[in-house]
Order: sequence, then structure tokens, then C-alpha cells
Amino acid sequence: MASKERDPLDPVRGRKLLVEGGPSFHDLTEQVCTPVEQPGLAWWLAFLPALGGLSIFGVSLFWLLWRGVGIWGLNNPVDWGWAIVDFVFWVGIGHAGTLISAILFLFRQQWRTAVNRSAEAMTIFAVICALTFPTFHTGRPWVIYWALPLPNQMQMWPNFRSPLLWDVFAVSTYFTVSLLFWYVGLIPDLATMRDRATTKIRRFAYGLFSLGWRGSTRHWQHYEKAYLLLAGLATPLVLSVHTIVSFDFAVSQLPGWHTTIFPPYFVAGAIFSGFAMVLTLLIPIRKWYGLEHIITIKHLENMAKIILLTGSMVGYAYAMEFFIAWYSGNPYESFAFVNRAFGPYAWAYWIMISCNVITPQLVWFKKIRRSPVALFVLSIFVNIGMWFERFVITVTSLSRDFLPSSWDYYSATIWDVGMLVGSFGLFFTLFCLFIRYLPMIALAEIKAVMPAANPHPPGDDH
Amino acid sequence: MPAIFPRWTNKIPLAIGVVAPLVGAFLIFAVWYWWSPLYTDMGYRPKQPVEYSHALHAGDMGIDCRYCHNTVEVSPHAAVPPTQTCMNCHSQVQTESPRLALVRSSYETGESIPWVRVHLLPDYAFFDHRPHVAAGVGCATCHGRVDNMVVVEQAEPMSMGWCLDCHRNPEPNLRPLDQVTNMNWDGSPEQAAYDATKDLERKRMPSPPVHCSGCHR
Repeated sequence: MASKERDPLDPVRGRKLLVEGGPSFHDLTEQVCTPVEQPGLAWWLAFLPALGGLSIFGVSLFWLLWRGVGIWGLNNPVDWGWAIVDFVFWVGIGHAGTLISAILFLFRQQWRTAVNRSAEAMTIFAVICALTFPTFHTGRPWVIYWALPLPNQMQMWPNFRSPLLWDVFAVSTYFTVSLLFWYVGLIPDLATMRDRATTKIRRFAYGLFSLGWRGSTRHWQHYEKAYLLLAGLATPLVLSVHTIVSFDFAVSQLPGWHTTIFPPYFVAGAIFSGFAMVLTLLIPIRKWYGLEHIITIKHLENMAKIILLTGSMVGYAYAMEFFIAWYSGNPYESFAFVNRAFGPYAWAYWIMISCNVITPQLVWFKKIRRSPVALFVLSIFVNIGMWFERFVITVTSLSRDFLPSSWDYYSATIWDVGMLVGSFGLFFTLFCLFIRYLPMIALAEIKAVMPAANPHPPGDDH
Repeated sequence: MPAIFPRWTNKIPLAIGVVAPLVGAFLIFAVWYWWSPLYTDMGYRPKQPVEYSHALHAGDMGIDCRYCHNTVEVSPHAAVPPTQTCMNCHSQVQTESPRLALVRSSYETGESIPWVRVHLLPDYAFFDHRPHVAAGVGCATCHGRVDNMVVVEQAEPMSMGWCLDCHRNPEPNLRPLDQVTNMNWDGSPEQAAYDATKDLERKRMPSPPVHCSGCHR
């Protein structure tokens, strides 16, 4: 009968049990709220290095503001460099959160409840990291509001025909909706935190943000409706944001960028990288915080399957780009792709291929996709590969465009590295603060998918 | 459990709903009005070292603008005249006036009169008087009725939007090329009858730039 490999089944739904070990509602509340109320040493061990990274970010930004973007490795043909690479990388990571929170919600994928809170937090922090790069790449971040179409006495407007402006709208909409979605989902749990709070400050802070939530039926009715509406609003954003990010490239006429495959290819890549980052974050957290019965192996397996699917789509896109470069008969296009694989940046291209095409295929093996350690290592490789994908796209096409006389080799400086490492510092700092002050599991939601929430348990005659 | 927040806090959302739009509207007004060169720059009227009256010289006596600002047609900059230009007349008239003491001493020592500049564009805005004069944009169009000013002041905002208004549609501000320094042109019957596109003296209509690098080079 049930072998050891089998996951335990939910007695009500007959499907795999989402919360293992049969904890009561109270146990669950204790398990999720305790790390927030009594942080352990593990948190500091994560937070201090993150703060260190953040200070690297601060120093890099200070020097950038002091000296200007000349401290980066940008040169004449490659004027986009790491700033856009890092931007696309971070925006892409954000996509998993929205996919989990919106699309999986609409499809009634109940396993999302264990991971959605932290994935949405990851989305918001990733978008914050992403936005710093174009902001500072403008060179004059103090007038970044010029990117918005505000009436002014200069009668100066952004260029509405530029995908960079569409990006401003797409990413800011995305950030706003993600933040609202995350916050609305948090309200019942904030009320739980408020009711458990023992100090005045905590009671005040959680009380303020829980907006007077008492858990009345009317509250729940409004809450469910708002949540559903926000899920509906956020769903198109999963597809639109990275589509528009891909327009930054695809709308230009540079060989290697000007391709119609870019939008779906970018969206698949974004979800691919986003789920990898969710795994990178959650595998250690579930271990350190003892949440292995909530974020179960089954959850990891599901996410690994999405990585396999989207990773295969990305691999297909790589192959299709090459095919079209040959099939189109366009010599510039062919050159751009041969140059990618065998030109001066071949090293980056093959890092990308091995991380993004080969690594996800390992998920076919059940042993690997049910092993947290293997998935953690795999997710790191995917993160690396997806960063290199953006590097390859940006730099190979720019460094060798139509005019050989303007070709140049681009290499980053220590300050480019500082910005990237620093942005990880910012990301992890924000994430550490999140797990320190907010319940990292959507308590109210996960209780609703436990067998105990069913009014008609097995054996009940009604 | 005792309430965390007193009862009156229930009114906060309502108060925010009422106050926030007002604050927002005020902020928009504040930036729109107090941040604009219309407020910050227009009407700038510094005290000059010599109480020179344009109303007397250009208005009552009708001296042409170019008698003093002689480089306006051939140089980007409309020159502020050297003391020697003043002395062309003032070595003969008002030679004892105490109000001209600084002019005389400047003439003797060769030290310039420290005139205070009224119209100052930012360094990143490239402006050249020549094409404007050549296109038949009157002095008064940008500088106002200087012939009525006892003390010169900035008559127009000189904001980027103000420049662009004319660059996008220059025709209403064009006049015959021999009327550029005419202070009475605007509102005259000649202006009403004038059509720049039918002016045979013009070789072509001006096509002022409206792209960024037209002025920010």
C-alpha cells in the first residue's frame, strides 16, 4: 500500500495533505508567530551579513552620486551594461510572487497558501532592488520624476513612443498592485499578531496596520472579495510586466534584440528565475524555522516542476532564436548569434546555457526534485544562469552592432560588482526584516485548507 | 480586551479622505505657482548702480535699441554698452549731473560700471539673439515695453515652456524685419494687417527647433 515515498493524504479532499503532522490551528499559530515574537540567533546570522551587503550598496551609491555613472564600466557601444542586466534580473525574480499569489489563486491551487506570503514579499523587495538601477542609471536620480508625465512649466514630456516609458508605467503598476495584494492578505494575520502582542508598541503597530480587523463575517466577506479582485488585477501583470521589459530590447532594431520571440521568452525566463529565488529563500528558512511540515517536500516539488516547465521554455527560446537567425537569412542576425556563442562573450553564453538549459532538466528525476539540498543547489545555478542570460542579451548585441568601427569589449568595474552585491544586501535586509516582523506564512489562508477547516469531516453524516 | 485605540480614531479615515485631496490640491498649486519662473523670475527689478532710465532714453528721446545694444544682430549676446557709449552724449549734456558721477569716473578710470544683469538664462540653455532678430522677433516681444520702464525689469517668465510656446508657433510674434526695434508694434493697425507668410522681404519662414538639442547643446 502506501510506500514511504508517498505523501500523506488529506482525509477530506482525498488529495495530498498540505499541512503535515496534523497540527491544530493553535499549534500552527504558535509555530508561525513565535519566530516573529522571539527571534533566534539564526535571524541575526542572516541579518548581519545582509546589512553588510546593504552597506556595500550604500557606498556604491554614494560614490556613484559623487562621481557619476562614469565609475561603471560603460563604454561607447555598451551604454547599458550591468545596470540594465541587474534591473531585468530583479524584475524577473519578482514574477514568481505574482504568479503564486494571483494565477495560482484563480486556479484554486491550494498549495500556494504555504508559500505565497514570502513569495509576494520577495516580489516587492525584488522590484525595489530593480527600480534602483534605472533610477541611478539616469545619472540624475534627483529628477527621476521627469520620467512621469507631469505637467510642468518646461512643457517637457517623456517620450510616449519609448518602451522605457512603458516600463515606468508597467513596473510602477506592478509594484503598487503587488504591494496592495500583499498587504490585503496580511490584514487578518496582522490582527492575529496584534491580539498576541505583549508590548504596547507592538500592539499599536500591528493594531494600526490591521485596520481594526475583528474577523467578523462582514470583514471576511469584504476581504475575500477584495482579494479576488486584486488577484484578477494582478494576473495580467504577470504577463505584461516582463513583456514590456522585453520591449526595451525588442523595440530597438539591434540584431539579437529585435525579435518577436522576446515577450514570451522573457516571461518564461522571469517565472523560471522567480521560482528559483523562491526555492533559494524558502529551503533554508523552512529548515531553520522548523516549517518543514507547512512548506513540505510536495511544495518544493511543485515549484521544481514549474522550474522544469519554464526552464524548458527558455531552452526552446534559445534554440528558436538560433534557428530564426539562420532561417531568416539575415546576415546581421546570424552574425549576432554566432557571435554570442563563439565570440568574445562565449564564456558568458555557455555559462547561461549550462545553468539554464541543462540544470532544470535534472528535475525530471524524482530523487532530485524531492531533495531540498539538490533543489537549493539547482536554484542557485538557475539564479546565476538567469543573470547571465540578461548579460548575454545586453552586452553581446551592444558590443558588436552594425558598425565594426564602433565595436568595443565591455567589462564591468568594481562599482558594477558593488551595485549587484549591494542590491542583494538590500534584498536580504528587507527579507530579514520581513521574517522578523511579519508572519511569513499566510496563517488565515493556510488554516482554511487544513482538514480541520472542513465543516464535514470524514465520518460526519450531514 | 481593552481597546488599543480610542473611539475618535474611527474618524481618521474620514478625515484623511477629506484632508488628503485638499493637501494634494494645495501641493499641486504650490508647485505650479510658486515654483514657476512666472513667480520666481518675472518682475525681477534689481537696483542698478546708475539710475539709468530706459523710459527717458528709448521712450521719450526715441533712441534705437541698437544704438547701445549694438551687437544684437551680429552676436549671440546683445552687448551692454561700454561707458564710452554713454559719454558720446554725456560729454556734452548733463556733464555736471551728480547722478552721472559714476559714469564719469568710470570713463576716467576705465573701470566698468557694475551693471546688474536682469535677463539671465541658465548656462545649459543655449540662446543666440541673431536668429531671433533675423526672423523678425521684436525686442519688446521678449523684453517687454522697455521704453516705458524707468527701471528695467523682467517682463516675461523666460521659462522653457514660454520659449516653446513661440518655437511651436512663431508666426504671431513675427513682424517686418525693419520693425524689430519698434516698441509700438504690438497692438498697432500695421500689426493687425501684417501676414508674415506674405512678406516679400522674408526669404523664408523661420523653423525654430523644438527638439532638446536645439537649445541644450
